[in-house]
Amino acid sequence: MSLSDQELKEIAYLARINVKDESLSALKVELEEILKLFEELNEADTSEVDAMSHPLDLSQPVRKDEVTEKNEREELLKNAPSAKSGLFLVPKVIEGEG
Amino acid sequence: MELNKLSLSEIKIGLEKGDFTSTELTSHYLERIDKHDEQLNSFISVTSDHALEQAKAADQRYKNEDALPLDGIPIAHKDIFCTKGILTTCGSRMLSNFESPYSATVYEKLDKQGMVMLGKTNMDEFAMGSSNETSFFGKVKNPWNQDYVPGGSSGGSAACVSAELAPVATATDTGGSIRQPASLCGLTGIKPTYGRVSRYGMIAFASSLDQGGVIARSAEDAALVLEAMSGHDPKDSTSLNLDAPDLTANLNDSIKGMKIGLPKEFFDREIPSFVENSIEEAIAVYKDLGAEIVEVSLKNINLSLPVYYIIAPAECSANLSRYDGVRYGYRCEDPENIEDLFMRTREEGFGAEVKRRILIGTYALSAGYYDAYYLKAQKCRQLVANDFNEAFKNVDVILSPTTPGTSFKAGEKTNDPIEMYLQDIFTIPANLAGLPGLSIPCGEHNGLPLGMQLVGNSLEEAKLLQFAHSFQSNTNWHKKMPNI
Repeated sequence: MSLSDQELKEIAYLARINVKDESLSALKVELEEILKLFEELNEADTSEVDAMSHPLDLSQPVRKDEVTEKNEREELLKNAPSAKSGLFLVPKVIEGEG
Repeated sequence: MELNKLSLSEIKIGLEKGDFTSTELTSHYLERIDKHDEQLNSFISVTSDHALEQAKAADQRYKNEDALPLDGIPIAHKDIFCTKGILTTCGSRMLSNFESPYSATVYEKLDKQGMVMLGKTNMDEFAMGSSNETSFFGKVKNPWNQDYVPGGSSGGSAACVSAELAPVATATDTGGSIRQPASLCGLTGIKPTYGRVSRYGMIAFASSLDQGGVIARSAEDAALVLEAMSGHDPKDSTSLNLDAPDLTANLNDSIKGMKIGLPKEFFDREIPSFVENSIEEAIAVYKDLGAEIVEVSLKNINLSLPVYYIIAPAECSANLSRYDGVRYGYRCEDPENIEDLFMRTREEGFGAEVKRRILIGTYALSAGYYDAYYLKAQKCRQLVANDFNEAFKNVDVILSPTTPGTSFKAGEKTNDPIEMYLQDIFTIPANLAGLPGLSIPCGEHNGLPLGMQLVGNSLEEAKLLQFAHSFQSNTNWHKKMPNI
């Protein structure tokens, strides 16, 4: 399994991780090694098997529909890198028309 | 009396009889941390003031004769468990300034039993690693030989218990992160059945595999704390809807007539002869105790490593998407726009191994590859689980080495991810199948300890601990501690 630079950049963009051009080739080698490991699965016959998404085959209880969370806006905003007037601040997202 | 040598039940008796106070015991451990941890780096935060307050409250309860079950006993918590108002970093720059607004259920349960938190232990970043070299807060050293790694990801928890800087520690295990460091540091580590211990407030890596547990000096100590941590939690939808099991009642029962399965596929692998010898000696001990040894086959076990390295990264790529530099944690400087904020925050906030796994997971889940990788891996995961189900029709526990060898030198495997991943070759299958597994010390090679793994059927932690305790009642490996 080989990855092109372009593919790697696309994956990195999907993951929203900036990858510097100079580290692309080393990263590619590492990822290709790991992808090679996955080829071992091709030998397994899974035609009769259902996908296992979870180790537990148990039903879970449903809790009462009651509000259990308190309003902790101030508490939660304490960890925000940037906040103002009870809101998280981020760079401008919506461009205005003049 | 050397306070740092006492087992948890000895501590409890000492506190009850008034031989020493929790304040004395806690201060003793804090002094040891102060003296030795600069070298070992097993703690990210030491919470001295908090600990001494808890100890004082415990002493008061002993005086009033209304002490809680584990009252006044110190513990270290892996820095993956959120603790309200106290730094919780998960070993990452991304959370290097994060003070959780709430506490993990595990912390709260142990707090309610009176346990005293000494601090938060170092770990591989977001629990991804097998050597504790990926932590943003620096690598942890193995107390048996400081050139060597303590294992990971719960390397800080293992190192501090082994160096007697804490009598016991919490830990988590996604592919071996409790059992492998326990093995490399000469300790007892147990990962219970998936869902036994609440994951609420335990920072997520791979949600269908992550499970909390304990690293301790003996099966008896581990049983006491694991029991206190277990039980249904309405705040975790994947928590088993069962009461905490009684893990101590049957500890001393004989294992005579019970069956130990040896998976031939594990022993067909190339393992060093010293590992093989230690395991054979352990088997001989069990035979003497009346256990029957049976060969079992886990024919799809070789699929475990590739299955794990698809499923765990896939789940991690989804779980770690929450770290975006907006609501908490690290944010890059002077972002040009929102995209730049995301891209650079994640580039700078995550270390190399975490990014590698996010990228692999993103790839495995991306359009065009989902069926070939993720779906295929989920089907193969079922095959691995089926093999265990079949094997447990005939045996009580399955025995194997925990790791392919003893600890290795820092830096030895950091440039080869696959070589590092092979550390978990024996431990990963239990996570895939959601089964309980433990590691106990069973030998030594060149002054470094070595562990054996016991995997049990679903919900059979008590039986696993019974096997471990019966071994420890007849051998001395678990009593050996490093000189620091």
